[in-house]
Amino acid sequence: MAGTLVVTEADRRRYAWRHRAARATLYVIAVLSALFAAGPFVWAAITAFKQDSDLYRRRNNPFVFNETPTLDHLRLLFARTAFATFAWNTLWVGLLVVLITLVLALPAAYSLARLDRPWAGRMGIAIFFVYLVPPTLLFLSLSRLVVALGLQDSTWSLVVIYPTITVPVSVWLLLGFLKTIPKDIEEQAMVDGYSRVGAMVRVVVPLLLPGLVAVVVFAFTLTASEFIYALAFISPTSEKVISTGVPTELVRGDVFFWQSLQAAAVLVAVPIAVVFTLFLDRFVAGFTQGAVKG
Amino acid sequence: MATVEVRDLHKHFDAGRVRAVDGVDVATSDGEYLVLLGPSGCGKTTLLRTIAGLEEPSSGDVVIDGQVVTGLPPRARRIAMVFQSYALYPHKSVLANIVFPLRAAGVPHGDREQKARRAAGMLGIEHLLGRKPRQLSGGERQRVALARALVRDPSVFLLDEPLSNLDAKLRTSARDELKRFQQDIRATTVYVTHDQSEAMGLGDRIAVMSQGRVRQIGRPVEVYDDPADTFVATFIGSPPMNLVPRGDVLVGFRPEHLLPVENVPGERVTVTLEVQRMEYLSGDRHVYGTVDLGAGPTRVIARLPATVDTPLAAGERHGFAVPVRRLRFFDEDSGLRTDPVPVRT
Amino acid sequence: MTGPGGAPPAATRPAGPAAERERPAPTRYRRRLTDRDGALAWLFLAPAVVYILALVGVPFLLAVAFSFSDVTGGDPSFDWTGLQNFGRVFADPVFWRALRNTLVFTALSMVFIVLFGKVLANVLIADFRGRWLVRFLVLLPWTTPVALSTITWLWMLDSVFSPIDWVLRQVGLIQANMFYLGRPTLAMASVIAVHVWRLVPLAAVIMMAGLLSIPKDVQEQALVDGAGYWRRMVEITIPLTAPVIAISALFGAIFTFTDMTVVYVLTRGGPTNETQVLASWAFFRGIEGGDVGQGAAIALFLFPLLLAAAIAILRAVRRMEVS
Repeated sequence: MAGTLVVTEADRRRYAWRHRAARATLYVIAVLSALFAAGPFVWAAITAFKQDSDLYRRRNNPFVFNETPTLDHLRLLFARTAFATFAWNTLWVGLLVVLITLVLALPAAYSLARLDRPWAGRMGIAIFFVYLVPPTLLFLSLSRLVVALGLQDSTWSLVVIYPTITVPVSVWLLLGFLKTIPKDIEEQAMVDGYSRVGAMVRVVVPLLLPGLVAVVVFAFTLTASEFIYALAFISPTSEKVISTGVPTELVRGDVFFWQSLQAAAVLVAVPIAVVFTLFLDRFVAGFTQGAVKG
Repeated sequence: MATVEVRDLHKHFDAGRVRAVDGVDVATSDGEYLVLLGPSGCGKTTLLRTIAGLEEPSSGDVVIDGQVVTGLPPRARRIAMVFQSYALYPHKSVLANIVFPLRAAGVPHGDREQKARRAAGMLGIEHLLGRKPRQLSGGERQRVALARALVRDPSVFLLDEPLSNLDAKLRTSARDELKRFQQDIRATTVYVTHDQSEAMGLGDRIAVMSQGRVRQIGRPVEVYDDPADTFVATFIGSPPMNLVPRGDVLVGFRPEHLLPVENVPGERVTVTLEVQRMEYLSGDRHVYGTVDLGAGPTRVIARLPATVDTPLAAGERHGFAVPVRRLRFFDEDSGLRTDPVPVRT
Repeated sequence: MTGPGGAPPAATRPAGPAAERERPAPTRYRRRLTDRDGALAWLFLAPAVVYILALVGVPFLLAVAFSFSDVTGGDPSFDWTGLQNFGRVFADPVFWRALRNTLVFTALSMVFIVLFGKVLANVLIADFRGRWLVRFLVLLPWTTPVALSTITWLWMLDSVFSPIDWVLRQVGLIQANMFYLGRPTLAMASVIAVHVWRLVPLAAVIMMAGLLSIPKDVQEQALVDGAGYWRRMVEITIPLTAPVIAISALFGAIFTFTDMTVVYVLTRGGPTNETQVLASWAFFRGIEGGDVGQGAAIALFLFPLLLAAAIAILRAVRRMEVS
């Protein structure tokens, strides 16, 4: 019944050509995406090492060093601005916020994923909706609240407020990771003599570790990027974080310290992106479970 | 005219560390039902996927209808494949699922539906055409997958464990259906399974695979009666062939040929069986015990049909025998078949 | 494995149920709190819920209250003023401009984010040499704090030293510079470009998750069925990932809709409020202008729009998942 398969030399050439064309297209798109995404940073990195006389000449090729590169602007960034303080503030605020986030979000996610209450589904959606309430809606009243707590102009205000951003999304991601851990395993632990809490601490949390790491990275990224609260709550230089400190302290009226600004952007961007790249696959795995099959 | 052949096929993963397929030569004849049988991880699915064009071989060639198709994409190979999961498109109706290969092949609109309905008719699923896959039972899904495979007149059918997702009861009737289906279609088929009863029941020939190689290829009765080596001997048959060492050979015989001595007429080899325990399975008696052919006691199983009612009890010693023509001999080191040696006890 | 002959002898069988019932349960096995799922469920959830209610719920209500009051930066005393703030906000043409801009920015960004995100997702899951470097470079825009990356763009779009202008001048397409941020249309395009640039990676990562969740069998079945790349994309991949595509659109929309950082850093709403959005306008009025009541009234406008969009998209997602 079936006709005979005929493969001509032309077919062979066509398929081989198509295969090569597909690979080539993939590489071209990959390179273009990388350029589109990282282009501004590449140019920022070049700018950071340029002398003023090189940078501020309209005829000069902006992509190459027309004069010898200099480290002056990097030095200025660390010696004459509070960049190091901003970085330190961002770091410790981020770590504390991540800690608070885990303390709040992990039990909540476990409760929603495992303790099997009838309201769990609706509560999960409600928590997701909290993520939709934007800082731009809350910063006015939150800044009053911060004043009431006596935390105005203190970095600690951010430690208190930032978990409002990270907790909902972390609960959501953790829900996804919890779904990947079979219930059998903790039921086995409970049969073996552990309480519900014991089983969770000794069996579920260790298995959840890769997911927790992904959540930590994600929450830290969100914290480091936040701008509005940091701008609204804090004005003294020594209390600022990177995302507000750099744009406010390195722009004096109309004077932009361009090279130092670019250096700051690259110095912050690269380490965060490296860490995120390392955990991308895990993050994606959690998202698949949490969002798609939510 | 529709044949599949693989020539010295190798497929390595992880830079040669894993040799999933390690030098396989197999050729089907036209309209043949070839079963690739082996334990999980033996390379049978990789071999099938390489034939389909889903994997590129590390070396060697795939030949379909006399044409080398190595390097061509699946769609250039005129094959149809049924996956273990049936891989029905979950968002398409049954009709749209069956029509999909035709649309990909550019079949005109009118013909498409007619062909799809004919395929559905052959499998008795016309009443399901409007449903979505998730509204179907396991058996219905299998039939939809078969209809979708059938609809484009492929040169070759490739089936990857299509019965393993069905429950035990459904599996038997689905196997029947597959057999009838194949007899109707008379299309060359390569069928992958780890289930020996499926292989025995369906295959014109069986290729037994282990560790990326074909250990034996032959008709079911050949593979069963004349295993090429100890792997095939013990993988096929339930319970497997008994292997008893004697000197530097292993003497093999099937459990059903080891019977109480009075039931074995003609030229025979007698042994003393020390009975350890017995099981009754659908009328047969499985007798577990040890025999000694000169190299120490070895565990064996005897399968006594219901017609043999010799009284036996655990702890007893009893005379058993095997007809001489039923004995097979294997080299102890290589496991391969060797010349018969005299066995007298 | 055990056949009928393998049953254990009667002597080893556990004692009868009657004997068991006589004995009182050992006290140390009484159900403690750590075993009571019902109570634990609340206990575990309570801290997060209380925290969210206190720092999201209360401020939200407070924001609503502010919008009906005369609270200002200088005079924090609370006096009820009814709809006066809303009246003043509506009377201001900048508000309408900001509302229009918010909607335009969100809609246009969302379209581009989904389109580019889709392409990028396919690149991210593909296997090729240099994949890690490409992933790293592609993620940069999203992982960098918005304020900093926007500053990088501010320099890219500089009125005198923009390298884009330099290239265009070299090629001969323009004679004078473009003044990206000085002309209304170009300034709006710039804001959209920055939003798209920084959110495409996020959308791509979400869509990548969707692509990976398609069963491999189904993709391969389509290959065997003879479908080419575009047919697989249109008939298999896109329908099966539609819910995830919608979710990435939702995220793109939310982040664009509520963001004020890009506008604040790039244009400060200018030229002359041409690129003002609701979020930035609320900030300028509420914090920098000190009129908390008006700022709250403007910001409040974000919420119903956002809620409606989110519910619409989540409904659509659910419908897609059911079918």
